[in-house]
Amino acid sequence: MTPGPATVHVRLPASLRAYTGGRSVVDVDLVELGEKPTVRALLDHLAGSHPDLERRIRDERRRLRRHVNLFLGTDNVRDLSEQDTPLAAGVEVAVMPAVSGG
Amino acid sequence: MTTLLMIGTRKGLFLARSGDRTAWSLDGPHFAMNAVYAAAIDTRPAATGGSPRLLAGADSEHWGPSVFRSDDLAGSWQETEGGAIRFPEATGAALVRTWQLRPAGADQPGVVWAGVEPGALFRSDDGGETFALVEGLWQHPHRERWMPGGGGLCLHTIVSHATDADRMLVGVSAAGVYRTGDGGKSWEASNTGIDAWRMPDERPEFGQCVHKFAAHPDRPDQLFLQNHGGVYRSDDFGATWAAIDENLPADFGFAVAVHPHRAGTAYVYPLVKDEHRMPPDDRCRIYRTSDAGETWEPLADGLPQEHAYVSVLRDALCTDDADPAGVYFGTRSGEVFASADEGASWTSIVRHLPDVLVVRAAELP
Repeated sequence: MTPGPATVHVRLPASLRAYTGGRSVVDVDLVELGEKPTVRALLDHLAGSHPDLERRIRDERRRLRRHVNLFLGTDNVRDLSEQDTPLAAGVEVAVMPAVSGG
Repeated sequence: MTTLLMIGTRKGLFLARSGDRTAWSLDGPHFAMNAVYAAAIDTRPAATGGSPRLLAGADSEHWGPSVFRSDDLAGSWQETEGGAIRFPEATGAALVRTWQLRPAGADQPGVVWAGVEPGALFRSDDGGETFALVEGLWQHPHRERWMPGGGGLCLHTIVSHATDADRMLVGVSAAGVYRTGDGGKSWEASNTGIDAWRMPDERPEFGQCVHKFAAHPDRPDQLFLQNHGGVYRSDDFGATWAAIDENLPADFGFAVAVHPHRAGTAYVYPLVKDEHRMPPDDRCRIYRTSDAGETWEPLADGLPQEHAYVSVLRDALCTDDADPAGVYFGTRSGEVFASADEGASWTSIVRHLPDVLVVRAAELP
């Protein structure tokens, strides 16, 4: 099914595709995210549709995990309004592991 | 009969198997790049014809912690949707890491305890698929004053009394030992006799940096404890403790394990001191007592005795349930040693792993 224009695309790294049946992109209809779609509304939606994906992005307090970044285009949402960052139709939210570890 | 050895490392879980405890095969890593601090082999289902259940706490630097289980000896792993261990929303807390997974006794089938960071105990009644926070400990008035040890504020040790399931002890770094007599509803500090480290009061009610303790089921009131400094024994299920390290070359260390069949026999791995966490004389030696800590003997046959700077973490020493007992330990330099004769002689069975965090062994039918 071709996603309609009123869709948010969530792009996932390979290490999270086990929780989406192998898909690299999850499309979410904007209408599912309420009147003021935000990153928080998107993640709340994923908590219902893909709970094992969402809990790898946020902890049970619904805070973004420390070493996970979400990019809206080239902007890290931490540099915008974090989970209050508004989402518009057609945008892509890319989930990326931070550069860390040893 | 197969002996299974779970080896949790900083970068995944490995499984070693042997039919004779001499030749070992290795598979893994499972959960590659996840730190596996907690592992358990729940052999209780086998008593009723089921398969043993393996449990593993694996945490990703990026994607957080999770508890996995396998009912086909690691052929496949399952996790609970949404996560097996979650802090209730009202706590304002989030799971950092599972430090300990501990199946209860045979009289409590299905009960599995989990010790986690930040400092909390969880109980499962379905074999580790879902867990509930033990509120009695979480609500303890001391908890807000607990200070994290070097590994974080972790609940790392869980010991149930072998003949009275309502009696339990837990160890928290660096809060010390806490005990309950009513199945977890109420708790009290249980550190009488244990020295505190770098505290103005050497014997505070709590704040001890207890590293590990263990009890033998045939002598359930007797415990052996490795403290940040000091090895202790309790003969009254943790009410009081007395030092038993006079005949050890050093009183620092992390791990302690008991013999599976002989009460009063225990194993430790001494390190020089807090500021020098390497074995005395640069020799890799396990120490064993067979008289509840009156005397200790070094066990070195087969272990590196020159330029050995290896250390062993709190859960990286264990015994199996065979007779004669097998003893196993893993090092921070990624090597696992095994003894099939209760510690008299040792063989290196795996090398070049990531840092070993936990080992657990059992005989499987």
